[in-house]
Formats: sequence, structure tokens, C-alpha cells
Amino acid sequence: MGFLDIDNVTKSYGAVKVLNETEISVEEGEFLVLVGPSGCGKSTLLNMIAGLEDVTSGDISINGRRVNDVKPAERNIAMVFQSYALYPNMTVRGNISFGMEMHGVPKAEREEKIAKVADLLQITNLLDRKPGQLSGGQRQRVAMGRALTRDPDVFLFDEPLSNLDAKLRVDMRTEIKKLHQKLGTTIVYVTHDQIEALTLSTRIAVMFGGNVQQLGTPQEIYDNPANMFVAGFMGSPAMNLLPARLERVNGAMCAVLKVGDGSTITVPFPRAEDLTEGADIVLGIRPEAMTDPEGADRDSNALTETELPIDVVEPAGSDTYVTVALGGKDAIGRFRAHNPAKAGQPARFTFDMAKAVAFDPETETRLA
Amino acid sequence: MATAPTSEAVTAGTGTPPPGGKTRASVNIPRIVLYVILGLFCIYYLLPLYVMLSNSLKPLNEITSGGMMALPSDWTLAAWRSAWSEAQVGVAATGLKPYFANSFFMVIPAVAIATLLGALNGYVLTKWRFRGDTILFGLILFGCFIPFQIVLIPMARALGFLNISGTVSGLIFVHVIYGVSFSTLYFRNYYAAFPTELVRAAQIDGAGFFTIFYRILLPNSGPIAVVCVIWLFTNIWNDFLFGASFSDFDSQPMTVALNNLVQSSTGVKEYNVHFAGAIMAALPTLFVYIVAGRFFVRGLMTGSVKG
Repeated sequence: MGFLDIDNVTKSYGAVKVLNETEISVEEGEFLVLVGPSGCGKSTLLNMIAGLEDVTSGDISINGRRVNDVKPAERNIAMVFQSYALYPNMTVRGNISFGMEMHGVPKAEREEKIAKVADLLQITNLLDRKPGQLSGGQRQRVAMGRALTRDPDVFLFDEPLSNLDAKLRVDMRTEIKKLHQKLGTTIVYVTHDQIEALTLSTRIAVMFGGNVQQLGTPQEIYDNPANMFVAGFMGSPAMNLLPARLERVNGAMCAVLKVGDGSTITVPFPRAEDLTEGADIVLGIRPEAMTDPEGADRDSNALTETELPIDVVEPAGSDTYVTVALGGKDAIGRFRAHNPAKAGQPARFTFDMAKAVAFDPETETRLA
Repeated sequence: MATAPTSEAVTAGTGTPPPGGKTRASVNIPRIVLYVILGLFCIYYLLPLYVMLSNSLKPLNEITSGGMMALPSDWTLAAWRSAWSEAQVGVAATGLKPYFANSFFMVIPAVAIATLLGALNGYVLTKWRFRGDTILFGLILFGCFIPFQIVLIPMARALGFLNISGTVSGLIFVHVIYGVSFSTLYFRNYYAAFPTELVRAAQIDGAGFFTIFYRILLPNSGPIAVVCVIWLFTNIWNDFLFGASFSDFDSQPMTVALNNLVQSSTGVKEYNVHFAGAIMAALPTLFVYIVAGRFFVRGLMTGSVKG
């Protein structure tokens, strides 16, 4: 039993099932991020935790109490919405105190809490303004302030940063993380942004098509994606998914990949040692495991150096991304900045096969 | 060349440069024609108002002697006084005063109730959706298109059954029923564009159905409420058919009383009194338009652009 238990929960609208049997158990103080593309069921799941939508089957319990039939206001949760959902007719103060007022908190105590929260979020000077007079970032803070006054068991965030511009989004991301470290409250956070998921969470549930594809720590999700969807969704640039064949050369299991010009390269792949020789696989390798030789992780025990013709070079400031044709696909490698690599010319690559994974091309699940 | 001949100015106005090669400010004939035409239309439309006003301010003999279009030579408010409190309306010589009051007693509660019910309907139809809500909305809309004449007899029966026939309450009842269709239409469309997340946030904050309605939705409904009030006020105040059909002597609204005033004048037709009475009957709606008119346009825009 966790602090927040989602036990075999499903959701259907008429005949359409938008969330299949879902099982997630969240410990107290955890920061769980639900991430996935639009329509994957993540917001539906969050709304069901909040009590804004009914559960079709299964149970949700918070702090040991089954809350399926408990009204949103009585679940002891607080929610921050994508549009902030500040009441336009009330001042910031009114917005923050509204929930406490509804719960019958005496006025003196309300004032005290407002002052405390405003101080924490540095919005004291905004308390008497209307939401219409605030910038996006300020509204975001007010929305969080409103949630904070509740001292909830669980905080729910519904894509809270997606209406902010890029710079502010990064700042607010850090602030949310700080807030979590300071308060230690359990958080469930919905986003479609995999960077937010990786940076904020203690655990991630990657969702797609109404199913949780993988539930794990950011490290597990990033290093060992359960299937090709998770591999492609998490990480930017995405993991290269390259068709390859397993062959045994000199007793060692190797991945054989086609190169653009029709030749092949053979890379020792110790992780695939237990797989069937001669099998077709999809090799998953992140751009940072395909580097220039000097940029490779020298602690790795499975480095292979080879030369490949480069198609495109994209300098990105801190790194340079190079594209090569591998296994019939465009594979992206990450070189260090100021690299002499040029499009149309061959360059030396180092593959770190300790960080590569193998997928079954049929079921798309990870084999090794 | 400041003294250009008119023919040249006309060519300048149509875009060809004058022979002198210099363009200059000159009299624009098409524009003058335009303003003259507009001015004539303006006078044409304002003429009835002028006739009403000037004749209501002169003694009767000035009108009967053929000076209908002239300004009063002997300015007097006697006709207004008479229309207000002395003239024979129906059987009693009470003037229009009591009926003016009747109209207010009818229109204020009717507008208030219909607006509130419409807002409540709009709230339920957009924020508490249920199976069949669009069909229900369609049926309510249907009420906007039912001609008044069709419901006269069933309504008379219903009012009799409810024991409020021939009373101001009965008229309020009838007007609320007709008004709700329109106010529901207005508020439903306005609330459809109202962010549902606000309602959800309020739910999580612990507000119930009615608290959300009057603390969150109503305070943000200003523009559409103004539209609704103007529309309902004008229609209910100006209604004659229901007033004539469902009222008694002591519950007649202004419109019916005005008709009786004109019909029941014995002997000489007191045109000046009739004119004064007609202006009186129109004043409240004019007042509402002038005070709230600019919100009217703004409110209509708000609903349409956001939706």
C-alpha cells in the first residue's frame, strides 16, 4: 500500500476506453510525473485522482482512504491548472483565500496563511491586484499559492508550465522542484514535455494509448526503456532505433548494421550475449553513445571505434549533432562542440555499446 | 491658384490631376451630396418625434386649427399633466400614472426572474452537462419562435388554473416564460466560452453548485446580463398583446392604458394629451438604451468573438 494508490483503474466514455487497467502506487513525498503525447490518458487519470471525473472501474485511495465517491473538495488535494484558472473577478488575495473560505477557515487564520504563502512565492506586492493585471509567470505563482494554502495530501499539476514562454518555463521548473524539496508533499504532475518529466520527477509513468508503458525512475526510463515507444519519446534528440542483425564473431555477440553506401559495420554488443544468434533486432542507441572518439566515456567497457560518412552537421552550441545513415535510418550522433566534422566527409565514431539496448522488431519490447 | 473653378475641383475629386499639375484642398461635391442626403434622412426619421414633442407642448386649439407642424406659440405642460394624472383612461379619470406603475411592477420582477433563470439554465447546460442536454436546449430555444397568438388560449387556461388571471403576477408569469427562452440562449452561448477550468478549480476549492454560480459565474457575466436586460425590458415593456389579453382594469400595463386613453376620449380627441402619453410610454425603454446601450454592443461582441 502506497500513499496514493491507483488500483486497477479504468476509464471509458461510452464504448470508448480511454484508460486501460492502470496500477500505480505512489509513496509519500514522491514526485510522480505522468508523461505522454496528447490523448494518452494522462489528464484523464489526473482528473480522476482529483475527483473531477468518475472512475469507471477500480479504486483510488489517498492516505489509506478509498476516495472513489469522495467529492474533490474532501479529498484533501490541491490542483494547479494549465490555464491557472484564477477567478477573474477576485483579487489575488481573494483567489488564494477562496478555498479556505469555502472550508470554513476563520479570517485571522486565512490572513496569516495568505501572508505566509505570498512570502514563500514572493507575490506579497501583488495581493491586491486582479489576475488580469498579472503576467503569465505571476499568475502561475498565484495558482500555486492557492494550492499551497490547503496543506494537501497530494498536489496535482496539470501541465502547469505549458502556457509560459521557454525561458520562464525553465525558471518555474526549478522553482517547482525547489518547492517540492522544501515541502516534501506528494506530487502528481502531468506533462507532455519529456524534459520536465526527467528533471522534476522521482518517478515517471510514460503513457501511450491509455496504457502505462513504463513506470520507473528517470534513470531507469532513460537508460533502459521498456519498449520502442518509451525509447523514442524520452530524450532529445530521441534514441536512434536502427534495424540490425545479431551475429557471433570470434565468439562475441555483435550487432551488424548497414551503412549508407551498402557496406556493413560490425559492433560487439555484449549486452545481447543471451539473445539468439542471427536474430533481427532494433538497436537502440542514444546520440551520446555515438560520439567522436575523444568525447566517448572512457570508463565504458564496450567501446568500438569505426569510420562513417557524415550526411548532416548541426552545431547546437554546447554540442554538434551529426547525422549518418545507419540500418536504413538517419542516426544522430553527439559530437563535442567545435568539431572539425564536415558533411559529405567520413569521420571517426565511437559506439558505447554498454549504453545500447536491443528491441524485438515485432513486439517492440526490449530484449536486452 | 487658390481660386480654382468648380469644374476643376470636381475632376480633382474623381482622381484626375488638375491641368495646373498641382493638387490642393477643394470643395468635395460628392461628399456634400452625401451629407445632404444623410441630413434629409435624419430629418425624415426625427420628424415623428418632433411632431409628438411639439404637439404635446401646445394647447389643443393650436392643433385643431391646423398648426400641426408648427412649433407651439403658447408653451404649456398641461397636456403632460393631464396624461399623467387627470385624463380619462377606460372608466376612471386617473391618467396614466397607475398603469405606469403597473408596468414597472410587471417588468422589473419579470426581467429579474427571467435573467436569473436564464443564467442558471446556461450554467447547467454548459458546465453540468448531462445526457440529452443539447436536445433540452433545442426545446428551450423553440420557445423563441412560438408566436404569441398561439399560446393565448392555453395560457388563459393556465393562468385561471393557477388563480392568477387578471393580475400583475399573471403577466409576470407569462413574460418570464417567454423571456427564459431568450435569456437561456444568451447565457448558454456566453458560458460556453467561459473556461470550465474555473469551475473545476472552484469545485476543488470546495464550492458547491450554487456557490460556484453566484461567486464565480455571475460576477463575470456583466456584459451578457446587460444585453439580456435590455432585450427583455424592451420587449416586456412594449408588449401589448399579453397585456390586453391577461390583465384587468387595475392590472393593465402602460401600453394597454395608452390605447384606452386614445380610444376612450369622449367628444373632442385630445391629441396633445395622446402625444404626451405616447412619449411617456416610450421614455423608460429610451432611458435603458441610453444608459446601457454601449454595453449592449460590447456584450453582443463579447459573446460572439469568444465563442
